[in-house]
Amino acid sequence: MSDANAAPERLEWQEAAVESVAEQTPEVKSFFLKPPQWRGFTAGQHVDVRLTAPDGYQAERSYSIGSAPEADAVELVIEKLENGEVSPFFHEVVAAGDTIEMRGPIGGHFTWGPRDGGPLLLLGGGSGVVPLMSMIRHRRAVGRDVRTILVYSCRRWSEVIFRDELIAEAASDPNLSLVLTITREAAPMAGVRMGRVDMKLMDEVLEMFGPAVMPKRTFICGSSAFVDVASRLLLEAGIPFGSIKTERYGGDPARAEGIAPVPES
Amino acid sequence: MATRGFFGRRQSPEIEARLPPGQYLEKGFPVLSAGPTPIVKHEDWHFDVKVGPRVIKTWNWDAFNQLPRSKVHKDIHCVTKWTKFDTNWEGVLVEEILKAAGLDAPPTPYVLAHSFDGYSTNVPFKDLADGKGMVALTYEGYPITSDHGGPARLLVPHLYFWKSAKWVNGLQFTNVDEAGFWELRGYHIYGDPWKEQRFTGDP
Repeated sequence: MSDANAAPERLEWQEAAVESVAEQTPEVKSFFLKPPQWRGFTAGQHVDVRLTAPDGYQAERSYSIGSAPEADAVELVIEKLENGEVSPFFHEVVAAGDTIEMRGPIGGHFTWGPRDGGPLLLLGGGSGVVPLMSMIRHRRAVGRDVRTILVYSCRRWSEVIFRDELIAEAASDPNLSLVLTITREAAPMAGVRMGRVDMKLMDEVLEMFGPAVMPKRTFICGSSAFVDVASRLLLEAGIPFGSIKTERYGGDPARAEGIAPVPES
Repeated sequence: MATRGFFGRRQSPEIEARLPPGQYLEKGFPVLSAGPTPIVKHEDWHFDVKVGPRVIKTWNWDAFNQLPRSKVHKDIHCVTKWTKFDTNWEGVLVEEILKAAGLDAPPTPYVLAHSFDGYSTNVPFKDLADGKGMVALTYEGYPITSDHGGPARLLVPHLYFWKSAKWVNGLQFTNVDEAGFWELRGYHIYGDPWKEQRFTGDP
């Protein structure tokens, strides 16, 4: 922790090398960045990126980090938005060997570390799973004893980000449960649910923690509508208001660029 | 240094002149918040003016609605990069609140705004004076919905919008500029969008 009397340290812009790019789903790619001066981060945080055109025009956006703090590279997971200005550029142009200007980490609220403990309830809608994935990967590295349930809602099976990793992780870790639900098509395999997150599903999830056990911390990330529904259901189920942290996509889905975390608007 | 292959989507000069650095134009009105949306009923609503720990005036909803109203038309700028033009609000200017609380002058130079959800944000009083800050009660002619901070939210549109505290329930005068919720979590103590003061330490 810095000395309160010292001038606060600035988050400087830096040119991060793009180490590699990986396709996660048809509309989602991961960009693995190596920022030259990186002081680490807490799972759940995000970074700002800044793109500069030849005439000096600049565009900035925020993207959540999907990798664990322990990972070698910072993984930004970016969903391509049809009318976006920045996300299509990432998808269509950015390649290994490029440099991208970024600064971070940013955000001191929607974060989890082993000291925060559990039981932990994570609810993600669509690409809202990204900061939750950072928490799950961090938990794998340092906190496997923390009882954790991830509820993850996607429109289609093909849109489930980190699908294989999550299924394998939940299969190998009795302390981690994955509740996957698909809203716009039939569930493709046993164990995957169909339909939106509702009270019935939430009741079942809360029962999975065991009799008289409540999640100590809940993180919800997704569209504003998803966050509203999920948080309302949890409050109705008696989960304390102050134990729920939320992160909503900025902007309406047609315009928002990835996950724009959080201050109040 | 230019980013390889990026040309961007420039706006017209008129629009660019109204966009602070790093912001883009948003037509919708995104909702962002740190936690669930608190539903505050009018019968439970109250608004306090405090000087340090001392409450000097409290209004209930009906009494607060009797205070003189003003209208403002402003562009708003969220630190998450979106800017929305031409928003219309009606509410009670902070200077009217002071007057109604019996204060001729601000008792201290700084204010911490508090909200029903435990949120707080700090604003120097000079940024709330002279019509610059209000407690807004309507947006575009309608009561402010709970997801946008209703029944009442602070409105300080010349600063990043996290300073415009949703679900506001009081203004506390403080002797020093005490960091609020986001200001303690990496966001700038003042938050001028035109200087791009997003994060702690930004000049």
